[in-house]
Amino acid sequence: MEKRVTFRGWLLPVILIAPQVLISAIFFFYPAGQAVYQSLFIPDPFGLSSQFVGLGNFEFVLGDKFYRASFVTTAIFSILVTLCSMIPALFLAATADRLIKGSGVYRTLLIWPYAVAPAVAGVLWLFMFNTRVGVVSWYLGQFGYDWNHVLNGGEAMGLVVVASAWGRISYNFLFFFAALQSVPRSVIEAAAIDGARFWRRFFGIVLPLITPTAFFLLVVNVVYAFFETFGVIHTITSGGPQQSTTILVYKVFADGFIGQDLGSSSAQSVILLFVVGLLTVVQFKYVEKRVHY
Amino acid sequence: MKKHLLGVAAGSIMLSPIVASAQTEVHFWHAFTGRLGELVAGQVDQFNAGQSDYVVVQNHKGNYSETLNAGIAAFRAKEQPHILMVFEVGTATMMAARGAVRPVYEVMAESGASFDSDAYIGAVKGYYTTTDGDMLSLPFNSSTPVLWVNRDAFEAAGVDPDMDLSTWENVGGALDALKAGGEDCPLVTAWQSWIHLENFSAYHNVPFASQDNGFAGLDTELMLNGPAQVAHLSAMQQWAKDGKFIYTGRRNEGGANFRAGDCALFTESSAGYAGISSEAEFDFEVRPLPYWTAVADEPQNTIIGGASLWVMEGHDAAEYAGVGEFLSFLSTSDVQAAWHQNTGYLPITIEAGDATRASGFYDENPGTDIAVIQMTAKQPTANSKGLRLGSFDQIRGIIDEELEAIWAGDKTAQEAMDSAKERGDALLRRFESANR
Repeated sequence: MEKRVTFRGWLLPVILIAPQVLISAIFFFYPAGQAVYQSLFIPDPFGLSSQFVGLGNFEFVLGDKFYRASFVTTAIFSILVTLCSMIPALFLAATADRLIKGSGVYRTLLIWPYAVAPAVAGVLWLFMFNTRVGVVSWYLGQFGYDWNHVLNGGEAMGLVVVASAWGRISYNFLFFFAALQSVPRSVIEAAAIDGARFWRRFFGIVLPLITPTAFFLLVVNVVYAFFETFGVIHTITSGGPQQSTTILVYKVFADGFIGQDLGSSSAQSVILLFVVGLLTVVQFKYVEKRVHY
Repeated sequence: MKKHLLGVAAGSIMLSPIVASAQTEVHFWHAFTGRLGELVAGQVDQFNAGQSDYVVVQNHKGNYSETLNAGIAAFRAKEQPHILMVFEVGTATMMAARGAVRPVYEVMAESGASFDSDAYIGAVKGYYTTTDGDMLSLPFNSSTPVLWVNRDAFEAAGVDPDMDLSTWENVGGALDALKAGGEDCPLVTAWQSWIHLENFSAYHNVPFASQDNGFAGLDTELMLNGPAQVAHLSAMQQWAKDGKFIYTGRRNEGGANFRAGDCALFTESSAGYAGISSEAEFDFEVRPLPYWTAVADEPQNTIIGGASLWVMEGHDAAEYAGVGEFLSFLSTSDVQAAWHQNTGYLPITIEAGDATRASGFYDENPGTDIAVIQMTAKQPTANSKGLRLGSFDQIRGIIDEELEAIWAGDKTAQEAMDSAKERGDALLRRFESANR
């Protein structure tokens, strides 16, 4: 079925795409270009002088074994955040989809956490797990577990993952819920008549039918984990203990805005841009093949 | 609606020159909120009320790092304030920014305001002066680490609270006794790098970095992996392992534990006085920071933390005259003595310290003079004048990471400090090439 529209002149299409092009140019291409340009210099913080170093900044960051280690940290963090935000969201959506009464209330309540800014979410979770006054750490203590994310890297990672994924569950829930609602009832009913139980129907029919949504969410969540989580990291761990929660984007922020090292920070953001670009290409090339539209 | 806004904007543009012609505005950006913010606002109001030529406009711009960032961003946008508060860690960054800052001694000389750099306490001003003795920024709030003692916790554990805690050897003994007496948190600290490495080095008169801790040049290297520092951190590591030293975080998280009465000993800034005296429901006491007799026969002086006021470039001479007046007002003995007594920060002039002593404040509030004595007892050496290292905020981050590796038992003190040196030196070389 051909859905394309053919315009007669060129003026109208240009006008129609102009806002999008303009916004992309101002908010994406210009800053990205600036980042690439700045990554070739070592400027002083006040912008009084700057020294051309070619690829020196890239050499500096890639030669740093702690920077290379933060790739691994970022991979672990992103995979965990993506899984922890998508699987519970899918489960909640699947159960909400079965509700006949009260699904509106349920849905509204589930969306709330999305309205909480990452940095605020970070502070909320930090309070719950505070080693001295935290409610959760107190209960863990009652069970004989000594929670100390201040020194234990694994616990710190767990905490930032949960805090980052929490608000995201709402977002994913919305999309999964909409996708589930659009699965044709007739197909499900036919399977039910054939004797398939709920989870059998879910994995055999529903899940394959919502793969486009799942794929979209996978891409969006990975991008979220890469870019938007630094508020959580900043409020909860500041990248510590040691370097166990220093993800790439946090290092970009810390080096640029705390360390005033704009050259290294720009180089890191260019590297990050490439990594995410590459990741998206891989996702579209390999994962999308398994998506049924 | 839009028209309205434009009208208001036009009106304010028309009005502002009239205001400016009467009184010259001086903008002052600082990092204080709460009680400290009120006190700063009070100083500014007092200055504005006391004369009619200038109006100082104070603005809070976030925490220390955020205020520095705001100042830098404003300078790039040519909207910089006249006076910017910068924490001690940013000193090297500001010093290297020739063309962005105007040294305070120059401002004072040109403005004709009264200024005698000898009136300032050596250990305080030393941090902010060149090796030639020229004062680059005005010390504003300065504190130094001391040892806080929870006397009730000592008694509960059956340890004599009057025991000598002047040396780490004795403190080690106290920690053993406290632990044996059932104390769960014998020792806790705030600002670990500042107290247990930076001040530790100055106090034992060993270098923290080469080139006089960075004062003599940008080609400086960290020397924090020396035998004295490693010995101290090794002892702390053993205490951490035995549950005698409790690590709570990189900043002053430990303050909550101590103020709640959970811990017996606390190494923290003298400026912790305001918080501890208002919250602590136990008998507390201030003692001088301990030293190792194995390293030094007697302690040198400790160094400061806090912030100083930098004057930014790019304003009119008349405005700089106002800046000079304001800075000289801040240095007056009355203003300084009140600031010192209200906050626990050190007085910046010798006269203010003497006035406070004469007023009987130290007798009424025992221990509040320990920080002053600890800093001024000896003439500072090249190792104890302060630190002037580029990218120092980041280097502190690295030191924090390596210290965490020590407390967690993942590295020995020597391994961790060698690694901190290697990583910190890389940043120092970068700073050197950025500011060549």
